[in-house]
Amino acid sequence: MGKKVVLTGNYSASEAAALCRPDLIAAYPITPQSSVVEYLAGMVHNGKIDANLVQVESEHSACSVVQGAVAAGGRVFTATSAQGLALMYEPYFRMSTLRFPMVMALATREMTSPETVWSGQQDAMSVREAGWIQVYCDGNQEIVDMVIQGYKIAENEKVLLPVNVCYDGFYSSHLTEGVDLPLQEEVDRFLPAVHFNHCVLDPEKPFALDPLTPGPLMMKYRKSHLDAMEAALTVIEEVDKEFGDQFGRYYGGAISEYRTEDADVVILTIGGMTGTGMDAVDLAREQGIKAGLVKIRFARPFPAKRIAKALAGKKAFAVIDRSVSFGWSTGPMYMETRAALTDVDDKFAHFSAIGGLGGADISLDRMLGTIKKLDTVKNEPGQKETQWYMTD
Amino acid sequence: MKEIRLHGRGGQGVVKASQIVVRAAVAGGKNGQFIPFFGVERKGSPVFGYLRISEEPIRRKMQVYEPEILVIMDDSLVGLPATYAGLKDGGIVVINSVKTAEELGVPSNAGEIAIVDASGIAEELIGRNIPNTSMLGAFAKASGLVDKEVLFTEIEKAFGAVNRQAAERAYEETIVTKK
Repeated sequence: MGKKVVLTGNYSASEAAALCRPDLIAAYPITPQSSVVEYLAGMVHNGKIDANLVQVESEHSACSVVQGAVAAGGRVFTATSAQGLALMYEPYFRMSTLRFPMVMALATREMTSPETVWSGQQDAMSVREAGWIQVYCDGNQEIVDMVIQGYKIAENEKVLLPVNVCYDGFYSSHLTEGVDLPLQEEVDRFLPAVHFNHCVLDPEKPFALDPLTPGPLMMKYRKSHLDAMEAALTVIEEVDKEFGDQFGRYYGGAISEYRTEDADVVILTIGGMTGTGMDAVDLAREQGIKAGLVKIRFARPFPAKRIAKALAGKKAFAVIDRSVSFGWSTGPMYMETRAALTDVDDKFAHFSAIGGLGGADISLDRMLGTIKKLDTVKNEPGQKETQWYMTD
Repeated sequence: MKEIRLHGRGGQGVVKASQIVVRAAVAGGKNGQFIPFFGVERKGSPVFGYLRISEEPIRRKMQVYEPEILVIMDDSLVGLPATYAGLKDGGIVVINSVKTAEELGVPSNAGEIAIVDASGIAEELIGRNIPNTSMLGAFAKASGLVDKEVLFTEIEKAFGAVNRQAAERAYEETIVTKK
């Protein structure tokens, strides 16, 4: 097994990225991600990893530089947050649509304005339609394991897509706890050296990359991209099993469930609120409420079928979002969960809960409050008012 | 699970001290978790720290509302409503100060008050007001939550022998009053 170390969430991402033997790392500092690449820069400087580290002048450049390296057949890594992600949007979109596999850590942060540097998932949620795979972690062990699994998923020939490993800014990025860090030889066994056939820049064999593409061909590319997303749902489960068989830690694939088997009411969580939600479920059970939890691990591809199966036969559900969907007066994962269910208003009482914006806390009391509200409305199917975790 | 809240100011080492406690807890076979909360990241602004130590895995990732132990690194913070808020009945308050418990307005439900001049020790031994390692000595004495030898070893690993000395001296000099 690995070695027990005490790390922050950001350093967990760095250590895991280093274990994946990246050829090139480029990033630009932004709170709360900055220490991910500072730590990696230190590892490169000290000779602990053999990677090219490129200091760039912006996130747009960071994403462009890693894009060039992956086009040349390399394994690459970067990290960002919020406004940095916004600035890299143009090469970010091209990364997925060129089908370039890579892993980017995203220490999720609220989008300005008002000016903020604190936690929130609005940044990651706003790029759900940019073609990347997105996994949301709860805790530092999951960050380590999903960076490693991320490359395995991204580089699978049925997938060939970039992966965002998302974790909550500060509440996870700056959380210190013990993790089991896999040994290099174990990771090497799980994640062999990368070989791409579709993207190799070789001066001896010049070819044009990304020429102007007419609509009919574009349609084929987009469909193929969507097919790869669909295929990723299976690959995610396979990689979870392979990882679990080797390292002893299984995460359940695209979703995981906690005490849902006999539950009447279910909360759906995403990211670092999940552990608190499990404690809330236990407390609710002690108070006689048959509560359960579904953790949405991957938002892209969205695990619609598994969520529908997990909620089948339940009376009520609430989806707790750490971001908003402008235009729906709800959180985005709530809308997508609804879309995954048929006859939702006949079968379930349901509502959206929104909390934790701009660094606000998603507390045990708040989550317990959501479960209690579900319990009171569970026999009245249909959508209820959005619950906001306001302080006053 | 023990929930601890730390109050300090940017530059006093709340984060580094808490990380050392987590390392000591993990080294002692327990689970530890620390989450900081900063306002603006600069010297002098209030910093909050949420620290948990448990035999069981720690799942919740949230602030600490009802601490069993409060660690206050700067006694000018006791006037802020957030500082003593939610202290559990019989809880422990550890303060860096030369004042008395009465002068510091320690809430009446506290079960144990530990006061040490951590800034004075730091200035004398380290040469500047960086009270965090001295406060760890006081924390170890008042709480008994982490093995002090393991803690002092982690302090020395992170910051060297002088800081270990500061923690050891604070451990001796901390005055613990039980109510």
